[in-house]
Order: sequence, then C-alpha cells, then structure tokens
Amino acid sequence: MTKQIIVPFGPQHPVLPEPIHLDLVLEDEKVVDVIPSIGYIHRGFEKLVEKREFTEYVFIAERTCGICSFIHGATYCQGIEQIMGIQVPERANYLRTIWSEYSRLHSHLLWLGLYADSFGFENLFMNAWRIRERILDVMEQTTGGRVIQGSCKIGGVRKDISNAKLAEMNRDLDSIKREMEELTTVFLKDDTVIHRTRNVGVISRQDAFHLGAVGPTARGSGVAIDLRKTGYGAYGELDFPVITDSCGDCYSRCLVRCKELFTSVDIIQQAIAKIPDGPVDVKVTGAPNGEFFMRAEQPRGELVHYLKGNGTKFLIRSRIRTPTLTNIPPLVKMLQGCDLADVPVIVLSIDPCISCTER
Amino acid sequence: MKQEQTIIPIEVGRLIGSVEQFRNEGYRLAQIGCTKVGDNSFEINYSFDKDYVLQNLRITVTAETEVPSITGMYWGAFVYENEMHDLFGIQVKGINIDFKGTFIRTAIRYPFGVSVAKEEKK
Repeated sequence: MTKQIIVPFGPQHPVLPEPIHLDLVLEDEKVVDVIPSIGYIHRGFEKLVEKREFTEYVFIAERTCGICSFIHGATYCQGIEQIMGIQVPERANYLRTIWSEYSRLHSHLLWLGLYADSFGFENLFMNAWRIRERILDVMEQTTGGRVIQGSCKIGGVRKDISNAKLAEMNRDLDSIKREMEELTTVFLKDDTVIHRTRNVGVISRQDAFHLGAVGPTARGSGVAIDLRKTGYGAYGELDFPVITDSCGDCYSRCLVRCKELFTSVDIIQQAIAKIPDGPVDVKVTGAPNGEFFMRAEQPRGELVHYLKGNGTKFLIRSRIRTPTLTNIPPLVKMLQGCDLADVPVIVLSIDPCISCTER
Repeated sequence: MKQEQTIIPIEVGRLIGSVEQFRNEGYRLAQIGCTKVGDNSFEINYSFDKDYVLQNLRITVTAETEVPSITGMYWGAFVYENEMHDLFGIQVKGINIDFKGTFIRTAIRYPFGVSVAKEEKK
C-alpha cells in the first residue's frame, strides 16, 4: 500500500487571496482526500444586526464582501422590502439591476485575472484587470465608490444615473465588449490554458447538484440554476439565457464565466434601453415584523439573506449564506483524485471568496 | 416579483424522514440556518429548492437537544452543521466530517449561543 502523507494547503498560499486551509491527503502526487477548514477571519457580522437599526444595517450587509458588495446590499434591502411590503419604484429596480451586472462584470474579470495568475499567465492576468478597471471607473462615476458603493437603501436607491450618462455607459460597453472578446479568446482557445484546465477538477452534474454547488460551479456541470430567473429587481423584464456547460471541469467553469460576461453586457444594455423615468426611492415608515429568505444571484452563485424582525428597529436575525460556503463540499469532491500540481487551479476554479463566507 | 417560499414547522423526530422525502423528490439543499429565539431556544431552518421554490423545514430546539445530522442524505450539509455547533452550540449527532468545534475558530465559545446570552444579561 502506498504511504499516505498530509500536505497542508493554505491558509497562506500564493494563489489564495484569502485564507482557507485544506489538508490534502496524498498518495505519491495524487490527492486522495481533502479536509477543508475555514474560520480564520470570521467577523460575526450577523451578530451586529442586533445592535444596528435595520436601515443602517445596509452598510454592514454591503461590507460582507469586497467584490460583490453591491449585491449583498441590494439583497438585504429587497428582503426587508418583502417583509414590509414596500413597492420600490421601477427606475430603482432597473438601477439595482444595472449595478448588479456591473458588479458581476468586475467580479468575473477579477476572477479571470486571478485564475490566469494561478497557472502562471501573468500577462493575461494584467489584461483582465486592465478591463476591470474600466468597469470600476463606471461604478465610481455613478455611485462614488469603486468597491463599496453605498448606493442602495431600503425603498430604492440613493443615487440616480442621468439618461445622458446611461447612454455613455451603453456606448462604452460596446468597446469593453470588444476587449473582452479578445481576452476570453485566450482563455478558451489558447493551448497552454486548455492544457492546464481541460479535464482537471471534474465534478459530474449529479455530484454538483447533490453537494449543493451553485453559480458557475454548478452551471459548469450542467446544473441550470440562476436565481436571476426568479425575476427580482428588473430581471423579470429582461431576456437572458442561463449559461451552462456539461464537462464539469475547470475549463467549463471558466467558459461559463466568460460567456456570462457578455450576458451581463447584454442585460445592462437591455436595462438601459428599457429604464423608465421617475423617482428612485419611496419613503419608508415602520419597522419589519416578519421573516423572509431573500435569494439573489451573486457572481459566485446563489446568495441567501434570511431576515427576521419583530416590529422593532432592530432585526433579531440576519443569516447570510454565501455561495462559497456551499461550494466547499463540491470543491472537496473535485480535488479527490487530482494531481497536487493542479490543486491551485482547481481551488481557484470555484472563485472562492472567503471574506464573504466568514461574514 | 415575490420569490415563493414556505415554512413547515416539524418535530425534531420527524427531521430525517422529512429531509429524506425532499431528497427523493429531487430537491437541492439551499442552506441550513439557526436563529436564537429565546434564552435557550433556537429555530433551525433547513431550506430546500426545486424550480426556484424554497421549502423550509423548521425545528425548534434547545442547546441540550441532540439534532440528527442530515449528512447521510446531503453530504455537503457538514458545513452548515459544524457552523451551527461552533456559533450556536447546537449539538448535532453523526456529522460525516465533525470538526468538533474547530470549523470556525472563535474567541468566545458559542458566540451566538446560550452562554453569550447569559453574559449579555449580566
């Protein structure tokens, strides 16, 4: 019998922007088992909900993540609005959708850069992040913040985008789209990239589903789950496909994200074409009394904000289930049987966001 | 547009049978979450999704109640069950990967649980 050894991977590792620890059980160069471990940076955000008024907690919810921050804030607001029966103006719904898709673009481009870095393609990393800067510029111009926007509030949004600016964003997206076409061609057609990602970290459709995979991790294995199809925000009025692939390997997960970049551009352009004029917020009175499981599609997959209020200005519970937490069991499955050298690429392929997970 | 969801309160003894039914009907486990609703009373919601409809099984327990693990049916549930134990002090029996309190490293034992509630009252 081959001798087994345990190699610790993380929490400090060149490919890990955030700390997760994996005990890799190896037989020679093959990974035969994996024990994941988190909890290095748990911040107890959820406890803060008992100390901050529900209207202020938006800022804390948004800080759950430094990448998909806007979507956290918007999901929290939508959950409270569901409990309180608040009807948000249509324009606010469209603006939330536009900013959410910009967040997705910036997140996917960030991931593509980190992913390229994980297999040593530095130039590709820099190109992905160069395009991402253009997305962040728009976020900053329209909300005042590159990463934390603070533009969402219960009852709508804090800031409007002028129609002239929306038209300019629409034109810019055409040029961003051309740059993304060049970028994604390398990820999907370059031999060196394919060599490092095809048939690596495979997870079947059945395993992905039963282990609770969400987002591109699930869709890369053919599980067509995309919470935007529930129609929250303005998504119900926009036409877009759920991108899937069937191979379930690192390449498929990358392919899904590459295609989703263009879906996001299309969604934003549709939203800009359809956005109605009008107010962007409504006055909110009273306090939430009830509970709701608000779900949204983050760049990494399904996000759940469970909110429970008792009629006072302090909620009694905010439970945030982030996509990375539920993508950890599928990651364990992907790593079993892989080569040690492929571990960084496979770990990156689920787009782990540990700060989100350790809310 | 309101997302469809239902909450079904059940006894702890019926948990395994009910989860098994969801599994057999092709539901995906969306999350397990715990809420402290009294000094020593916790609600645990098991959320299952099928076709974007969320069904939530709810059990109400104390910190002393032994809750059976559902990892036999949903292998990936160990992340939620370890989290419930480490943050709330819920006793979950039979987890497939039991970290025994080390999944989430906290400075305070069971920070969302009973001991902290007592400290806050003082």
